Amino acid sequence: METNTLDISLKDRMISLFEDKKDQIFKNDIKPVSALRNEAFEAFTKMGFPHTKMEKWRSTSLEETLAKDYNFRIEGAPRQTNVEKIFECEIPDFDTYMVAQLNGWYVYRKAPLRTLPNGTIVGSLAQAMQEYPELISKHYGKYADYNENGLTALNTAFAQDGIFIYVPDGVEVEKPLQMVNIIDSDENLFIQSRNLVIMGKNSKLTLLQCDDSVHHRYTFLNALTEVYVDENSTLDHYKLQNKDDSSTLINNVYLHQEANSNVTTNAITLNGGLIRNDTHVTLNGRNCTANVYGLYLVDREQHVDNHVFIDHATPDSYSNEQFKGILDDSSSAVFNGHILVRKDSQHTNAYQNNKNILLTDKATVDTQPFLEIYADDVKCSHGATVGQLDQQAMFYIRSRGISKENARMLLMYAFTAEVVNKISIENLRERIDDMVKKRLRGELSICDQCVLHCNHPEKELKFNIDMTKI
Amino acid sequence: MLSIKNLSVSIEGKQILKKLNLEVEKGEVHAIMGPNGTGKSTLASIIAGRDFFDIDEGEVFYKGQNLLEMDPEERAREGIFLGFQYPVEIPGVSMNNFLRTALNEQRKYHGLDPMSASDFIARMEEKKKMLDMQSNLTKRSVNEGFSGGEKKKNEIFQMAVLEPQLAILDETDSGLDIDALKIVANGVNKLRKPDNSTIVITHYQRLLDYIIPDVVHVLYDGRIVKTGGKELALELEEKGYEWLKEHAY
Amino acid sequence: MANDDKILEQVTNNEYKYGFYTDIETDKAPKGLNEDIIRMISQKKNEPEWMLEFRLDSYRKWLKMEEPEWAHIYHKPIEYQDIHYYAAPKKKKNPKGLDEVDPELLDTFNKLGISLEEQKRLTGVAVDAVMDSVSVKTTFQDTLQKHGIIFCSFSEAVQNHPELVRKHLGSVVPNNDNYFAALNSAVFTDGSFVYIPKGVRCPVELSTYFRINAANTGQFERTLIVGDEQSYVSYLEGCTAPMRDENQLHAAIVEIVALKDAEVKYSTVQNWYPGNENGEGGIYNFVTKRGLAKGHNSKISWTQVETGSAITWKYPSCVLLGDNSVGEFYSVAVTNNRQQADTGTKMIHIGKNTKSTIISKGISAGYSENSYRGLVKMTKNAHNSRNFSQCDSLLLGDKCGAHTWPYIKAQNTSSVVEHEATTSKISDDQLFYCNQRGIDTENAIGLIVNGYAKEVLNKLPMEFAVEAQKLLSISLEGSVG
Repeated sequence: METNTLDISLKDRMISLFEDKKDQIFKNDIKPVSALRNEAFEAFTKMGFPHTKMEKWRSTSLEETLAKDYNFRIEGAPRQTNVEKIFECEIPDFDTYMVAQLNGWYVYRKAPLRTLPNGTIVGSLAQAMQEYPELISKHYGKYADYNENGLTALNTAFAQDGIFIYVPDGVEVEKPLQMVNIIDSDENLFIQSRNLVIMGKNSKLTLLQCDDSVHHRYTFLNALTEVYVDENSTLDHYKLQNKDDSSTLINNVYLHQEANSNVTTNAITLNGGLIRNDTHVTLNGRNCTANVYGLYLVDREQHVDNHVFIDHATPDSYSNEQFKGILDDSSSAVFNGHILVRKDSQHTNAYQNNKNILLTDKATVDTQPFLEIYADDVKCSHGATVGQLDQQAMFYIRSRGISKENARMLLMYAFTAEVVNKISIENLRERIDDMVKKRLRGELSICDQCVLHCNHPEKELKFNIDMTKI
Repeated sequence: MLSIKNLSVSIEGKQILKKLNLEVEKGEVHAIMGPNGTGKSTLASIIAGRDFFDIDEGEVFYKGQNLLEMDPEERAREGIFLGFQYPVEIPGVSMNNFLRTALNEQRKYHGLDPMSASDFIARMEEKKKMLDMQSNLTKRSVNEGFSGGEKKKNEIFQMAVLEPQLAILDETDSGLDIDALKIVANGVNKLRKPDNSTIVITHYQRLLDYIIPDVVHVLYDGRIVKTGGKELALELEEKGYEWLKEHAY
Repeated sequence: MANDDKILEQVTNNEYKYGFYTDIETDKAPKGLNEDIIRMISQKKNEPEWMLEFRLDSYRKWLKMEEPEWAHIYHKPIEYQDIHYYAAPKKKKNPKGLDEVDPELLDTFNKLGISLEEQKRLTGVAVDAVMDSVSVKTTFQDTLQKHGIIFCSFSEAVQNHPELVRKHLGSVVPNNDNYFAALNSAVFTDGSFVYIPKGVRCPVELSTYFRINAANTGQFERTLIVGDEQSYVSYLEGCTAPMRDENQLHAAIVEIVALKDAEVKYSTVQNWYPGNENGEGGIYNFVTKRGLAKGHNSKISWTQVETGSAITWKYPSCVLLGDNSVGEFYSVAVTNNRQQADTGTKMIHIGKNTKSTIISKGISAGYSENSYRGLVKMTKNAHNSRNFSQCDSLLLGDKCGAHTWPYIKAQNTSSVVEHEATTSKISDDQLFYCNQRGIDTENAIGLIVNGYAKEVLNKLPMEFAVEAQKLLSISLEGSVG
């Protein structure tokens, strides 16, 4: 197998870093976590970084980003800071409980780990390891298989901190929980961030994951989130990605669902240098519902790759994937949806759809909607389209006196609406709706702060077309 | 011809038919009426041999044979025809091919040689003519893309081709406008013979204006609560099904 | 329900009726592969130097390649040194008429339902029969010659039309295209060659029947079809093999070149021995088929009915180079028992206004695995191009697998790619409806499956459509038909 020399060098740097900093890396561990680290490190040593000869990476090359000169900051700790100083959310009336990570470490105002009045525990993963070892032992590393993915192995070997959320049985968390991942550094950084979300039976949670970067340095964020959703629970999960062009974001999310649970996850990518979202959903009980949605609007040289793997491990469940993208300039996008219906997973309903619009001849899309089916009494379908704006619709709109520009905008906006409308939090939906409009008009830039907060004075959006008349 | 005694049937523990009795003689037309959900379609399915019911007790004899021990195709070959309430679509299988297969299976069962292509076409043409059917229907796939009315007409057409001895028409009138209803009823009447029996299952009386029954049964809550002549249908129409409740218990 | 399962089991267990073996003397090369064997093959066929060079070059490339692993199939490693790379029925030198063909051989083809003599007289289908890699007889030569059509065995073409062969050989499937293509390029022994001259519409269907007979033999045939400007040809290919316990390797190449305004229609009914119900024996079918729609307005159409082989690895593809060229792929793939199929197509759009259509119908039964795998690529300059793909799977029973692996790559803004797929089973309602009309479950499944595949079967030439329909029923239903 051919490997490029740069890959070897970063891989080797990682390996020697692990050996050199062992004391530091293992310092905070409880036993099972240490054991996992060693095994995952072995696995990474064998696998290395993913490369384009691997089936799942044939359309996304990490070669260039891995060739950058990154620094690693293993030392550190959750620390107290005034979170509002670096981050402010400006969605009007958007009341969330906010937790933040800065360069991979948990930052807080009062305490590294807090218990809310309803019993929900939120805070630093490093701290949770000390305070709730039994919860960590039960769930940590149980859903993210490091043998399958070099980056998951790498994260499992190195990760120090991240966000920990525990929702007890029967608790419905009213306020959305907002997880903000900020990178603010004046050096090139390679960061491993690790989150663990545990939802008890009959619980309910809305989770908003915002990825943002501040300085225009080369950054590589290898983030991994494990989510356990116990019986009869409901999770609403949003990922908002508005990163600068020099950043690489790997977002591995492992969702494990038990019977009668209901998960909706929606990845909205507005900007990003190189983004890879790997969403793994395991439906491990009957009557589960998994809705996996995504929207990507990319331009310049940006590259976004959504991989979704849905494992129907049990009968009677439902999954639905809807991804839509608009690509401008020399941007590129990948969609790979893989539905696995295991033997005896009868009465599965699984649907998958990916639609793309290319605005230039330089933009490229690779779409791979896969079905792997071993049960006969199932309803599965998939569809994928790549095309341009509907010329007939364009003509129709223009024949009503609407300018070509506005007609184009209108159609693009209508194209995105299918995904945006699935956002169930009204304030958030309106805000994202605005951002999508701005993005389509080329007015949305990388804000200095979170994606939900633009420092630019809010310009009135001039969108004069009455949608209802079309 | 058909004799049902003490028939009790349930699905997943829920009792649908309760000790039902029914006797249909040669040459008779019986109408079975009753509100939705009283077991009319279940009765039709049981006679045709659908297998997702549990037969708790009772017996069904057809031409002296124990019907409950026969496979559905065997019953069909013995002359039972069910006109489905919701005929299923079979994509890619042309009506011609389908009916020819069905007819030849029937003939084989009775020790006859397969019908030649020309005889078959002649038979199809004859029946089409008899029922005033458009000829393109038989070139299309079985029920695929048919309108509700076309599907029902198609059921009658199949009945005409297969020439059954006992035809059960399950809500054949539902979803039909008056013109289609007339065509369907006309077809049924034309196919009526002294040796054949028909069971017409319907919700409304209006079909019985065109197909005159010898006997009318009212099915309610899984049993036949009233039996009478054709005037019973009119009485029902006038008084509504509420009126039955008194008779039911 | 249990009863239905039993019937399903019955109908999906069938015997392979082409499994006889013909007792004719064969001329075999020793087992194994090396440069000497290749030289021997080339020498036996009296090939020119450039042909030998092509073979040796291919062999050297093959040595450096690895067997592909991406397909959704599993098999024991193939022992490439345990295969005879050349096996030919011993025969008199080039039979001039049918009288000179070995009667045993003629008998074989009669059993297969391709009586060369009958064909010659009645059906107007010109047949080239290939047994164990060697072309036995091509019928209908006179008619073809009148139109200037060349339809002969590949070996004859090398001797008689070297300039045509040399020009086009490897021009669509390069000898390093893939592992099995490289192997074939090194050791292919025979196959068919077709050339349709400018402006000629071939008046008859051309047909080749492939038959593996000898044991431990690989069959490596090679077909090359060249449609010159404004020509048309419809070409049929059928395949069978005897029942044997061991697996036999079949690695063929088909190359098609369609020049300006030419149309080539290639239909296959593949019925190699699929192995027994325990998955023992059967043909490993690793085939590279590709057409180059080279000229403007050219058209290449693939239709395949795949019911045989233990393993099918096959992606008949179209490279749409000429502006306004058209590529089509219609496929029915049936797998039963322990069969595995990984089949589909590639549509590479390069010219402007090119169009492609993919209709794939997979039917899985028993413990089989059936995958559709396809690539649709719209390159930068393929402006205003269109693709539509529909890939449906039908599962009979709950022990089999049905998979869809489409790859779509779009690199320009004015093209449209649409892909749809569904998975279904035969519904109980459909079966009951048929039962109620007096049709038993076994026949009902046959009817419904044929209905499901009809869209593709309709694309086959008449002679083949009937055979294919029977084959579908037989593959799934035992002795019905």
